[in-house]
Formats: sequence, C-alpha cells, structure tokens
Amino acid sequence: MNKTDNILLGHGSGGKLSHELIDNLFTRHFKNPILEQQSDSAILPINSSHIAYTTDSFVVDPIFFPGGNIGTLAIAGTVNDLAVSGSKPLYLSVGFIIEEGFPIIDLEKIVISMAEDAKKAGVKIVTGDTKVVDKGKCDKVFINTSGIGELNEKYINISSGKGIVPGDKIIINGSIGDHGMSVMAARNELNIQTHIESDCACLNHIISDALNVSDKIKFMRDATRGGLGTVISELVSDSNYGILLNEDQLTIHESVRGLCELLGFDPIYVANEGKVVMVVGSEDADMVLSTIKKSPYGKEASIIGEVSESHKGMAWLNTSVGGRRVIEMLSGQQLPRIC
Amino acid sequence: MKYIDEYRNKDIVQYFAQQIKKISTKPIRLMEVCGGHTMSIQKFGLPYLLPDTVELVSGPGCPVCVTSREYIDRAVAYSRLEDVIITTYGDLIRVPGSSSTLEREKGKGADIRIVYSILDAMLIAKKNKDKKVVFLGIGFETTAPSSAAGILKASTASLNNFFVYSAHKVMPPAMETLIDEGIQIDGYVGPGHVSTITGQGIYENIPKKYNMGVVISGFEPVDLMQSIHMLVQQFENNDPKVEIQYTRVVKPEGNIVAQQMLDEVFEYRDDWWRGLGILKNSGLKIKQKYEKYDAEKMIAVEVEETIEPKGCICGLILRGEKKPKDCGLFGKVCTPSDPVGACMVSSEGSCHAYYLYNR
Repeated sequence: MNKTDNILLGHGSGGKLSHELIDNLFTRHFKNPILEQQSDSAILPINSSHIAYTTDSFVVDPIFFPGGNIGTLAIAGTVNDLAVSGSKPLYLSVGFIIEEGFPIIDLEKIVISMAEDAKKAGVKIVTGDTKVVDKGKCDKVFINTSGIGELNEKYINISSGKGIVPGDKIIINGSIGDHGMSVMAARNELNIQTHIESDCACLNHIISDALNVSDKIKFMRDATRGGLGTVISELVSDSNYGILLNEDQLTIHESVRGLCELLGFDPIYVANEGKVVMVVGSEDADMVLSTIKKSPYGKEASIIGEVSESHKGMAWLNTSVGGRRVIEMLSGQQLPRIC
Repeated sequence: MKYIDEYRNKDIVQYFAQQIKKISTKPIRLMEVCGGHTMSIQKFGLPYLLPDTVELVSGPGCPVCVTSREYIDRAVAYSRLEDVIITTYGDLIRVPGSSSTLEREKGKGADIRIVYSILDAMLIAKKNKDKKVVFLGIGFETTAPSSAAGILKASTASLNNFFVYSAHKVMPPAMETLIDEGIQIDGYVGPGHVSTITGQGIYENIPKKYNMGVVISGFEPVDLMQSIHMLVQQFENNDPKVEIQYTRVVKPEGNIVAQQMLDEVFEYRDDWWRGLGILKNSGLKIKQKYEKYDAEKMIAVEVEETIEPKGCICGLILRGEKKPKDCGLFGKVCTPSDPVGACMVSSEGSCHAYYLYNR
C-alpha cells in the first residue's frame, strides 16, 4: 500500500493515487478476471450473450451547479460508462444516502431531473435504496447508481481497445474542461462569477449513431475525472503504440481557459461529464466525425490526434506554439470534489 | 483570450526560435529562477524549439521547494493543536516534513484549509473567533506584500485570532550565492513577478560583479523566447546587462507602495534555503511592532526533530547542477503523488514540471 495510513483527497482524484488504491486494495482482494479488465463497464458472459454492468457514486459539492446537478451527473455517468463500452444502456439502480435535515424540495428537484434525463436516454430506473444518516455524517446527499446494458458481440473489444493500430485517429465530441470549471466556479469560497455550464449529458445516442455508421470504432472512454489527459495516458500505458495530440485541435471555451489560467489548472486534466474520446480507424474517421457533429452533443467535435508507431507507451502533445511535451496521468488532486 | 493569445502566437514564437538559432554560436546555459517560468517552459514544450547550443536549467525559483523541512514540521505541529486552523496555499500541503505532511494531518482530522489569498484566511479568522487561524506565508517578493497587507489590515480591524507564520524570502541573495558557489551559468531569465514588486535595481550587481546578463521575462511563450533571444544576444556580443522584456508589467522602479508595505511589516533575517543552506539577509521576519500577528512568537508548540531524506538531490537540482532525470529517485520512488523532495511537490517545482511534461 501507499506510505500513508489514511485516505487522502487525492485517492479520489482519478489519477495515480486512485489507481494505486484500486490496484493495491480493491482489485487485490476482490480479484477476478472480469474486474481485472478495469474497463468502464464489466463485460459479463451470460449464456451465449454478454451484458455490460457498471456502478458509480456521486459526492459532488455543490450539488446544484450551472448545467446540471448531482442527479443528472449520476444518470449521465452511469449511462455513459455503459455506452462507451459499446453497450446499449437499459436499466439503472439508484441509491441515495441523505443527510438528516436535507430539504425534500431539493431532493425532488434532483429526482425530477434524473427522471427526465433517464427518459431522454431511454433507460429505466428499476430499483433503488434510501438511507438517511445523522446530520454531519454526509454532505447533503450522496448518490450511487449502477446500470446494465446489452452488448452486441461485435463491440466486445471496444472497452479494452484491443484493435488499436498506428494511424488510427483520436476523436472527441467537443470542448474540454467545462464540467470541472463550472463546479469550481459554483463553489462559494472562490467568489467567482462566470457563465461556464457543465457539459453533463447522456452520450448513448451520439455513440450509437457513430457505431451505426462505422465498424472501425476501436475504443471509447468518457473523459470524466482526470480529464482528457488521464484517458489518453491510461490508454497508451503498457501499449505498443504512442499517441500524438495536437493542442490546436482541442476546443476549450474562452471562459474555461480564463478560469484555468486564473487558478493554474491545465484544462486537459479538468473533468468533463459529456465527452467521449474515440479511437477510430483512419478510413472511417471523417465519416464518424461528420456523424457525431450532427448531434447536439457533438457540434464542436474534432479529430485531435492520432495513434503513432513511434514513442511507444507515451502520449505527446504538440503545443499550440510549436513545442512538444509529454501527457502524463494526473497525480494527486487538481480539483476539489467534482463528480 | 485577449492579452494572452497575442503572447502565444505561433508565428512569433517560431520567429524567435529562428533568430536564436541564427545568432547562437557558443554554448550558453541560462537559469530561470521563477517557478512560473519553469512551468511555462515545460508546459509549452519550449526546449524542443531551441538549438543544441542553448540549455535551460531551473534554479531555486519555486518558493515551496526552497522551504525548509523544519518549517513544515512546525506547521504540522501547529495543525495538531486543538484550537488552530491552518490556512495555506494549496501547493504546500503535500510537502514532506520529517515524519508527516499537512495533507496527511488533514486526513487524520486536522483543520487545514486551502485558500487562494490571505484575505480568505482572514475571513476564516473572522468567522471562527474561538480558534487561532494561522496563515502559512510562503513565497518571494511576489506574495510577501500580500502577507504584509494582510497583517496591516488585521491590525486596523483588530483581528486578534489571526497569525502569519512567515517563510517569506527574497530572491537576490540566492542569485548571487549560486554564482559565488561556482554554478556554471551564463545568464539569468529574471523573475517577472518578483521584479514587478522590486523593480530592476536589485539585479544591477549581477552584470557588474559577475559579467552576466539578466533579462526580466514574462510568462508566456513569446515572452520567454524573446527573453532567451535577448540573453543570447547579450552573450554573443559580450554585453551583459539588466534588461526588462516584461515591460507591460514591470517598471524599472517596481511597485513603490508594495515595497513600503514590506518595509513597514518585515525586516530581513538570515534564512535557510533548501539546497543552498543559510543565506544572509534572505528571509523576511515580522517586525516586533507586529509580533501580535507572528505565529512563531505567539503560538508555542513542541516541534519534532528535523530529519532530511536520504538520496534526494533536490539541493543540487535547485542549484541547477543536476537535472531531475539525474536523480535515482526521480519517477520511481519520488513522484508527484508520493514526493520525497519538495521539487516534486509544487506544480512549479522543476522535478514536478519535468515529470509532467518532459519525461
């Protein structure tokens, strides 16, 4: 285990400390081949077909922020984990841990927005649980969701990215950093006023549109905690290829850039809640791009880089001024609780 | 983004890259002594744009990195007191002390809060009258004036439960000591924000005494490339001097009001720098007149004995004698999530910047 005796905030950052905790504690004790895949959803063989199964917990502070709330995050997070694994999300469970004294009107606001988003995504919330804890034992409300999706046999390798080869293109469905910075700005103690809205959205429809036009989508992951940088460095580690991204092709909204500059954050490591990173065979890349651009959640989509033969196991960024640097996994915590 | 994009213009950066290539005939080693510069150089991948003749090395420019273990040990000890709230800039919480860090103490339940300004810390003090609120005053001439302003404000507002634990330092003694100790460099990329406060006068000794140029630089890629170009030009023409590239912010005389505040609240003391040892008149101590706000004077605490880590070459890296890659611990035992030395902790530290952007 780590040198520390206690859980640190960094253990929840999605970066190196989180990985250490998962590898050295959870995976070590819960050990089985399905868990060890460490993909966004577990792929479960049941009789002759497969289902995708995932779970996620949400502890965001503040619980309401521009562009969403803890409930919409919970639906999108779970739906997206299923969808990026190539599956069609079908059923969700929802568990609430609620602090004594929490206003029911706020709870209802959350629940209504969850119901709306689930409906839009075409998933059903089929089971749930509620626990109330003493005041001070949790912060307003925490939500756990799990979900299952139906996995078509031909998408079985998408969650692991087994088919990736040099020359493949990297696509993202829009701007980066909006969610993390919107939550950051909504935190009272910073006293900053911005118009940044979270990108929180269910991506299953845009993903199925893309899968319908191309069978060359080799990998997908939603770039949540740890941001685009963490997805890319996770993908490339232990691989026999490299990845080269171009900073010029990344879309970062002005207000997000501004706040990142102010607080010293690197937007490629800032969380998103409605962004999927795709690795697509070069012959299909333009077609996939034009397909996802038609979706309301893909208008700012772009090809941001490619898989390379050189720099095996490393991810590089061509900087906007013509320099070049390594993209590493986020270490420790860049942001407060954001999902 | 206005006033930023202009200084990240690819064509202008490339222009300076070509000009540097054109005029640079002799090997030149330039040191930046500001963590913001280190970060920017790595983040924008500037070394990739420079010819082999130009080498950049990082000096002791990250305030967190030069802070002593003893300071951290004392901060940890404060944090263990029942009635104390520690307020600090975020970087500091992961810096290893002899047996703990503020982050670990926070994990164990200490009340440690990250703030973005001393004013936030004062607000916490106002809201928690039954607690002693200690602000960890870290940084060079850049952050020291805000600590001074905070103390002055606290004294007019009679905020009696607010204290500053000062590790503030001043830059010029370190820049001269490095040369005196024989570090091989040919010029300094001068710190932009320090100079905003101090003006350019504090560096005049360096060309005179050491025949070495100083160019005070901004933080964007165009700024840094232009500053490097100016230093290479001085070097090639054997014409060392102090120049300001960052003219849009730095005035030759500096910020007089901030200088007056510093004079009012602080006095110089000999101070210990990680990697450099004790440097004469390099630290800022709160004057007796304001000792009511001096945590060291007002809050008694027992501090553990300071132990330095084995195998860590932070000191040599801070002096620019070694690069992070030369360290046996770098990237293996010492990583940003589990740092041994302070250079790996702060995002401005050279080991951290190398780890993140240039492995």
